[in-house]
Amino acid sequence: MNHISPVLWQFLVKWLTNFQLFPPEASRIAPQMDALLFFMVLVSLIGLTIVVLLIVSFSILYSKKRHPVAIQVEGSTILEATWTIIPLGLFLMMFVWGALLYFRVYTPPANAMNIYIVGKQWMWKAEHPGGQHEINSLHVPVNQPVQLTLISQDVFHSFSIPAFRVKREAIPGRYTTEWFEATQIGTYHLFCTQYCGTNHSQMIGEVVVLSEEDYKKWLKDSTSGMSLAQNGERLFASLSCAACHNARPDARGPSLANVYGSQQRLTNGQTVTADDAFLRQAILNPSQHVTQGYAPIMPTYQGQISEEGIIALVEYIKQLDSNYRVEQTLTTTELLPEGKPATAGKQPAKPTAQGPQKPGMVQQ
Amino acid sequence: MSDTIVKLPDQSTARIPKVNFITKENGLLSWLLTGDHKRIAILYLISITVFFFIGGSLAGLIRLELLTPQSDLLASDTYNKVFTMHGVVMVFLFLVPSVPATLGNFFIPMMIGAKDLALPKVNLLSWYLYVVGGILVLVTMVTGGVDTGWTFTTPLSTHYVNTNVLTTGLAIFVAGFSSIFTGLNFIVTIHKMRAPGMTWFRLPLFVWAHYAASILMVLGTPVLAIAIVLVALERTIGIGVFDPTKGGDPLLFQHLFWFYSHPAVYIMILPGMGVISEVISTFSRKRVFGYTAVAFSSVAIAVFGFFVWAHHMFIMGISNYAVLVFSLLTMLVAVPSAIKIFNWTFTLYKGSITFETPMLYAFGFMGLFTIGGLTGVFLGSAGTDIHLTETYFIVAHFHFVMVGGMLMAFLSGIHFWWPKMTGRMYPEKISQFAAVVTFIGFNFTFFPQFILGTLGMPRRYAAYPPEFQILNVFSTAGATILGVGYMLPVLYLVWSLRYGAIAGDNPWQATGLEWQTQSPPLTENFTVAPIMDHEAYDYEWLESQNQEKEEEVAHVG
Repeated sequence: MNHISPVLWQFLVKWLTNFQLFPPEASRIAPQMDALLFFMVLVSLIGLTIVVLLIVSFSILYSKKRHPVAIQVEGSTILEATWTIIPLGLFLMMFVWGALLYFRVYTPPANAMNIYIVGKQWMWKAEHPGGQHEINSLHVPVNQPVQLTLISQDVFHSFSIPAFRVKREAIPGRYTTEWFEATQIGTYHLFCTQYCGTNHSQMIGEVVVLSEEDYKKWLKDSTSGMSLAQNGERLFASLSCAACHNARPDARGPSLANVYGSQQRLTNGQTVTADDAFLRQAILNPSQHVTQGYAPIMPTYQGQISEEGIIALVEYIKQLDSNYRVEQTLTTTELLPEGKPATAGKQPAKPTAQGPQKPGMVQQ
Repeated sequence: MSDTIVKLPDQSTARIPKVNFITKENGLLSWLLTGDHKRIAILYLISITVFFFIGGSLAGLIRLELLTPQSDLLASDTYNKVFTMHGVVMVFLFLVPSVPATLGNFFIPMMIGAKDLALPKVNLLSWYLYVVGGILVLVTMVTGGVDTGWTFTTPLSTHYVNTNVLTTGLAIFVAGFSSIFTGLNFIVTIHKMRAPGMTWFRLPLFVWAHYAASILMVLGTPVLAIAIVLVALERTIGIGVFDPTKGGDPLLFQHLFWFYSHPAVYIMILPGMGVISEVISTFSRKRVFGYTAVAFSSVAIAVFGFFVWAHHMFIMGISNYAVLVFSLLTMLVAVPSAIKIFNWTFTLYKGSITFETPMLYAFGFMGLFTIGGLTGVFLGSAGTDIHLTETYFIVAHFHFVMVGGMLMAFLSGIHFWWPKMTGRMYPEKISQFAAVVTFIGFNFTFFPQFILGTLGMPRRYAAYPPEFQILNVFSTAGATILGVGYMLPVLYLVWSLRYGAIAGDNPWQATGLEWQTQSPPLTENFTVAPIMDHEAYDYEWLESQNQEKEEEVAHVG
């Protein structure tokens, strides 16, 4: 016996005692996914058994020894119909079941809380609405629907949590969403599953599901002192957005109060809903998204603002319901250039695990 | 219904004919400038075998690296290059040309009773294009490799890697034309060169399968070429088609890529299915059950195969309704494959079955392809695809189809037609052993990967969480067995070139026209232009032919 076999033996014992076919079922959708998977495994096993049994029994019954003379048989329409219709029926059943499941997996409930995820080579950055900020980990409360809005800063990534049975591609230049409702407290794998370059296999992390109290505690302990929207407000001021988007009678840009979710008529005649994707595009590519009645004078912010910055801005615009503070900012900055515009200048109350946050940071 | 008695011919008096396509001319030039489809097939066979073993060694490196959870044998950069080159070599330089360019090239003209393919010089050109593509891939490999994955996903391939994307792209572009020319040649040949009496429904199913695959090659490959050119333009001058900051769409690349690369899966598997039809019929001495159903299922696969490409993109944020349509069509394309499996199974019914090596490989194909096909349904169903895609489940699935299916079919076909191609038999016992070893090794290698996939292990990971190790150890152990299974045929087939028993014209008593002439065949294939006066797989006709011959011999004697 050399030293290799005890190692192997240990492996085997460990594996056999922990043998599992599926990862833990830690989300509302996981049992539903596994039910369909079990059904498919069952159908496949039956199908495979039929084929193997037929091959084996024909091989025995009609081997040359037993059956020296072949009897020529033409086809049989009834049999052809049988093995066309039965598999077709089963496959269609799997299609319908799978389609229903797909819609369930990707349709978030209305009360889902939203967390932004930015993927980049090779890390996941999570932006919580309260301003909490984490890298390669995601803290979520148990029994509460959570929606993730994903975007990539560079190449395709894919945000996959096997224990929740969810996965969604993070695409450059486009928001995608996925949601889940964790049902088990614990720590689970987070993988990037879309090949994204050299350190693809290190783009991993963990999803930590916390009880309600623990989650509240975590929120409190990890706050940067400023919510995502407050960050957005600072950016709004520092990028001088308020110079035009201020609802004054002579304003050169449309008022942004209550713009989120509203219908906008563009100069090209299109009517669009002002959602996250539209706002993002309007900031990066303004000449293609000019609201009717305004001149195409807004400069592009492509390359001047990071995806996190855009997220903060969008989050700010989302909850903007009056122009009072916008105007105030404007007046304040005009009167007191070195003054204290809005909340700017306030230091983060507590540095997060990733170091102090720089909300106004403009990065590529 | 009637009875068919099979008598294997007496081997002791057989001789290798003095004049055949191998001995007709000598010298390297006579091979490199040949227009003979059989010689070109041999050239292809040698070159794809070389690339198979290059791709196979890369696979071995992958499995060795995955023996441990850390990326210790290979750094992640190297690992990425290794799996990319494994994919590129195996897909474009082995699987796509494997059966069509070797067995198809050799036997389609013979099966339809023609002297050669319709365009012999184009046929030679496609081999040269293949070689140029292959050399470019080798150049890529020795000058630093490429690490985009064989899927070349933008914007990774256009903006974020500094490796040899352009050389590899050029290689695939050139090799693609080789495939287009082969497909074109087959289509023209099958339409125009059939012997008198060889109607469409008398064609062997091997020919039907190649016809369907050829249509896919001719219509699909140009789209791949377009996608590659766009990637090259994006990389060099930044035209922005796939660049979101310039108003382009990075998903467009995947639409274009999979518009070829999904049908490419059928380019790879259909010819293999053709081989299985021939082998199952021959070794059960029975006409293929439901000839028309099998023939049309090939065409159905080719047609539906063009409309399922977006099932590679269910989680990429394409519209929900597109997901519905593509999921439904994916389910439909699974049905013709099921039809084929059942028809082959019922071909055995009331046959007179023997278990030579080609038949063992064919049985292996049926079992593994059934698993590969059914797990494809797991991925075609939109809901379960979310959990399984981009994990080892998908790796296991397509290896069951491509390696368990196509490679088994290729080996089955090589053994089946070896006597015809070389005039000599391969050694039966050791090759049966190799077939069994391959089957065991294959299951050992790839079955654990299904479990790894459902557990969530992502593909293309150089390092992985330690709880996945034991299944990876199984898989690597299996790959070792599989490697032995693939080495054996090379050794004994080369051995048989010199020491194998003389095969004679028709050692298996098969019905195809290719078996009714000498082995190895004449350059012109037939001494007298054949006339087809019976259906395909007509074992009664074969028997009456044999009786006539016996009477002739008796008369002369």
